[in-house]
Amino acid sequence: MAQLTIDNVSKVFGSTSVLQDISIEIDAGEFLVLVGPSGCGKSTLLNMVAGLLTISGGQIRFDGDRIDNLEPKDRNIAMVFQSYALYPAMSVEKNMAFPLRMAGFSKEDQTQKVQEVADLLQISHLLKRKPAALSGGQRQRVAMGRALVRDPKLFLFDEPLSNLDAKLRVDMRTEIKRLHQRLGTTILYVTHDQVEAMTMATRIAVMEGGIVQQFGTPAEIYDHPANTFVATFMGSPAMNLIDAVVSPDQQHLQIGAVNVPMPPGVKAPAAGTKVKLGLRPEWFGVGDKAEGTFDMPVRVDLIEPTGPDMYVSVKLDGQSVMTRLPAGSDVTQNSDCTLRVALDKAPIFDAETGLALYA
Amino acid sequence: MSVEVTNPRSGRAIANRIMVYTFLLLAAALFLMPLAAMVFTSLKSMPEITGAVGFENNTILTPPRAPTLEAWSTAWSSACIAVACDGLRVYFWNSIVMVVFAVTLSVGLGAVNGYILAKWRFRGDNIIFGMLLFGCFIPFQIVLIPMARLLGILDMAGTLSGLIFVHMCYGIPFTTLFFRNFYVTIPDELIKAGRIDGAGFWSIFLLILVPVSWPIFVVSIIWQFTNVWNDFLFGASFAGADARPLMVALNNLVNTSTGTKAYNVDMAGAMIAALPTILVYVVGGRYFVRGLTSGAVKG
Repeated sequence: MAQLTIDNVSKVFGSTSVLQDISIEIDAGEFLVLVGPSGCGKSTLLNMVAGLLTISGGQIRFDGDRIDNLEPKDRNIAMVFQSYALYPAMSVEKNMAFPLRMAGFSKEDQTQKVQEVADLLQISHLLKRKPAALSGGQRQRVAMGRALVRDPKLFLFDEPLSNLDAKLRVDMRTEIKRLHQRLGTTILYVTHDQVEAMTMATRIAVMEGGIVQQFGTPAEIYDHPANTFVATFMGSPAMNLIDAVVSPDQQHLQIGAVNVPMPPGVKAPAAGTKVKLGLRPEWFGVGDKAEGTFDMPVRVDLIEPTGPDMYVSVKLDGQSVMTRLPAGSDVTQNSDCTLRVALDKAPIFDAETGLALYA
Repeated sequence: MSVEVTNPRSGRAIANRIMVYTFLLLAAALFLMPLAAMVFTSLKSMPEITGAVGFENNTILTPPRAPTLEAWSTAWSSACIAVACDGLRVYFWNSIVMVVFAVTLSVGLGAVNGYILAKWRFRGDNIIFGMLLFGCFIPFQIVLIPMARLLGILDMAGTLSGLIFVHMCYGIPFTTLFFRNFYVTIPDELIKAGRIDGAGFWSIFLLILVPVSWPIFVVSIIWQFTNVWNDFLFGASFAGADARPLMVALNNLVNTSTGTKAYNVDMAGAMIAALPTILVYVVGGRYFVRGLTSGAVKG
């Protein structure tokens, strides 16, 4: 049985509909990431699960019981906020003990629980400090500690890493993932960063325009994007979408004068249909032709070295294509060259609807 | 490579300093002159004030030649106000009681109002806030007659509680506005975190918000204390003979004269009436500035 069920949930503010018929189910111990651009409704959904916003339609169930009509404190959840939301006037210890104090735990139990969690997060030495005297990463840990002391069944994270600098963000990402594996608690995590989603999630829900565009494991989302939005949102640099037309024999895609073989995993539409061919930058390479690859004549437009790789922007029949090649690849700016591209996983999308056409 | 630094000890800089300090000292002297006149007069005896024999060529700004606290003690305990000759002390305590209750009630209720209006949405919240705001712009005089009628209905006419009630009502729009604007700057996520952690309406207010609100408490208390303590109109209108606040008594003291006007007693009375306000500013003002600059809410 699913542990958290979001069943046809919708949200309306005044006459604006911000969430439409959201349905997501996850099992106990899963790490679900809601990812999408700003304004896609992911935080609204999180706040509704938390009970900070009412729902306009549908149900939210936890272990089969409805929770959407309960107060936040009765939902057995804890939440970590983007700004950490530590109580400024309380010491770290008081901050972490606050949920226990509200729940009526004895002083001894409070102290003991706080100490346990502080040891787990390695913040015991900070217990007497006020939040203002902590660094960003320390505040982050305290916020997580405050969530952990209640031993909730569901953790909610609202963009918890956005306020940290790049290096600390990567460290905390690893740490949250490790913590999840160790504690096995169900986590619902909101972010706009697709890398966070890919690295931490066991399931991802990609949201846009108040709709779940795709819900699946990171591999499903990355390898089989359901539509052009998911295809371009997940992955960096973004997947290229190349305008093409299905050839008369339905075996090829015509990109101007270039004839690309129809990728293996797709359902070929009728001849003459306009489609978009999705090509991830890392599918391109230089060198000898290999099984299942196609040699593509391109003109090199711009080269951006990043260290291990170089991002090479090329023109294919006038369309810009971003490729990722190993550093030191033999390409020269403003010259013609041939890149081979692996087509085995390439999706095609209906040019009108943007939906993927898989076999 | 060298960097040119203006030498702070150069002649020009020193000349500028001198000019600035001269101007500031002159301005300070100018503003302190009335206070000096009051203090000097209150410490003089009547012959010294009137320039009687032995005290010729005295001006109001001449320091007392034989300083005495007699006028202060008269003003405090034996000056005649109307027919009673007990000085200002009874009225001073009236004012203290009035100001303590009126300030506590108006600041406390304003804090709760501000918290609700800033952090909880309900139907018509903006209309209520607008109406409260409107309350700040109603002149005292307009409410005199309706208020008198209301106090009559409530059976509080001519009592100290009635006067406290009036000051409380009149203070709430201001304190609400102060607290509301302060709480708007506190992140909503703190409230959300409190709700998730199981805190209710009052726990969030008392345990999370009030401990970070002391700068605005200081501001509101100074504002309310000054207004209530210095008020004359409401005191004169609504307080009965037993409940008169200090400002009304001071007025009566100055206007009660038998024979010569006792300027020294008048000045001493005025100083006594002004001291608590000065004290509040001296004590509270420091915390006020510290509160504004410490960034207590950050984090």
